[in-house]
Amino acid sequence: MLVVGSLSDLTDDVRHLRLVDPGGAALPAYAPGSHVVLECGVGPDGLPRRNAYSLTGSGVEPDSYALSVRRDDTGRGGSRWIHALSLGDSVEVSRPRSAFAPVSTARHHVLVAGGIGVTPILSHARAAVRWGRSFEVHYVFRGGDGPHLDDLINLCGNSLQTYRGSSELWSTLAPALLDRPLGTHLYTCGPAPLIDEVHDRARAAGWPPQRIHHEHFGIAALEPGTAFTVRLRSTGADVEVPSGTSLLDALEQHGVAVPNLCRQGVCGECRVPVAAGAVAHRDLYLTEDEKAAGDCVMPCVSRAEGPRLELEL
Amino acid sequence: MSTATDSRVATFPFPFAHDTYRYSTNVEPAGGRVVTAAGGWGEHVVDVDERYLTELAERDRILAADPTRFQALPHMEIAQWDAMLAIMRSLSASYPRTMSLERDGGLWRWTNHALDLEQAFVHGERATLPEPPLRFIGRQIQEDVVLLDQREGQLWGDAGLVTFAADWSLRFDVGMSFLQIHGPVPRIHTEGVITRAQSFLMRLESGQQFRRTNWTLTVDGRLDTSTETYPEWGRDRRTLADGPLAEVGERLHLRVEVQHLIRLGASGAIMFLVRTHMLPFTDIALVPAWAQRLHSVLSELPDDMAEYKGITRIRQPGIDWLADCRTRSGS
Ligand code: FES
Repeated sequence: MLVVGSLSDLTDDVRHLRLVDPGGAALPAYAPGSHVVLECGVGPDGLPRRNAYSLTGSGVEPDSYALSVRRDDTGRGGSRWIHALSLGDSVEVSRPRSAFAPVSTARHHVLVAGGIGVTPILSHARAAVRWGRSFEVHYVFRGGDGPHLDDLINLCGNSLQTYRGSSELWSTLAPALLDRPLGTHLYTCGPAPLIDEVHDRARAAGWPPQRIHHEHFGIAALEPGTAFTVRLRSTGADVEVPSGTSLLDALEQHGVAVPNLCRQGVCGECRVPVAAGAVAHRDLYLTEDEKAAGDCVMPCVSRAEGPRLELEL
Repeated sequence: MSTATDSRVATFPFPFAHDTYRYSTNVEPAGGRVVTAAGGWGEHVVDVDERYLTELAERDRILAADPTRFQALPHMEIAQWDAMLAIMRSLSASYPRTMSLERDGGLWRWTNHALDLEQAFVHGERATLPEPPLRFIGRQIQEDVVLLDQREGQLWGDAGLVTFAADWSLRFDVGMSFLQIHGPVPRIHTEGVITRAQSFLMRLESGQQFRRTNWTLTVDGRLDTSTETYPEWGRDRRTLADGPLAEVGERLHLRVEVQHLIRLGASGAIMFLVRTHMLPFTDIALVPAWAQRLHSVLSELPDDMAEYKGITRIRQPGIDWLADCRTRSGS
């Protein structure tokens, strides 16, 4: 458990928090791009709400965990809960988890941030400066100043480019994707359309998938998906999964316990083996190969591709 | 029994929980004390015992003769600093009277009274240490260290200080993936143990620590049985196998590695600490439950696994000696 050590508003709707150990102890160091899972009060279903947030520090010997949260008035309430926190309030925080780390062997790092997706990119930039890595940042945001813009300007100097929209971004980034040295890695965090476009354009420019990395945020805003039926191998029972209900929720309501932690498709805890049927993978945990193999599913976010799915449960 | 033998037996991490042995992903959280028939072990992640100075001298001798026992690819710089701090923290927490780590802003101070050594340094500044961080701290612990980098959905053995390797070589393995390093292990791939171990390791969170044990047999209690020095020790297996049974008890040792697996912070690397313990069969025989279990494990062990462990030649003398010893004590 940590407590809120400081608070500040970066923009109209983005709040920056520093979480510290109540006894002043040092916190575990973490790899750049790591996130923590916060317990954000209790949701309407009576279960704790858990949201994942990227840490914005370099990760080297931290005395606090800093994160920036955009208030989402249409979300499940986690961000509003965080915005209501005061100095000294306690928060349940997981250990840092690394799912978007810089590749240590890279010769150069191209970092692309969209809006609040800047948070893990800032962490990467801080570490890159700290360790003298070669890097550049492309930051696109709408209206006013993007969150952490001043931090990035101070850190990056000429290695930072900012854009007010997609066409501005691509007029610079598209040619850049064609001429960066071999061994460059590309990292994107931002809204899904930005991630998809960076990925597609990089692939078209000849980048191999192992050198393209991304971190989604706002995973909670997944499409509700269509309804499907899931059969449990052990009992032969059929469980209906309506649109808007996760497979994990449906299983739990049916009395099937599945270990889980993040409920956002990041931690890897809830993995369930699939016996038959196609999976629409929506998690961030399984590798592309594992997804292609189709023999397991992360039920907290993923669904059936068709009307039916059969699980080894 | 001498006091030294006494404590050696009492703290020996006897590895067999059953009368047969197979590979498994036998990991458990680090730090808990394991009770054995003779005592117990396992409280400390980095363990200092009465052989500290002897084994450090042995490590220095090996390292001086063959500097390639230390390896670090250039991208492992951050991982080296992480590893050094993690080891220093562990030592100072376990042995506060002899070891301490203090921090004053950007300046750190490491004190190791056991070696009469004091070192101030700035994290990340190479010039503030007399040698690379992993080498510096590796020469102050009895454990071998390997650092694994995580990238492209795999682990890579990209740095280490290994002087007490059991029949392998860091120099040959550095830069290889976790799966490649474990490539020649029989049965393992079909049983998926190594792949599962890798996924487990890749999911460790910052600061998490686990441990496991591994074992083999070694002749004459020799710590350095690395591939490089095979010409020096390979012969010992034959002289043991061809020699008198009476000598086996003193010469043949059960060799147990206590391995710790730790997720480091800023680099996100995995640190493998490998501590080697050895006990001659004569000392094993002091604990009848151990002697009996070791006898049944060795007798049942499938040939391909014995081959991989490099004990094909020496296990039968070991089995015979244990059986003989049982008859003697029974009569
Ligand atoms: S609960 Fe974390 S991946 Fe499903």
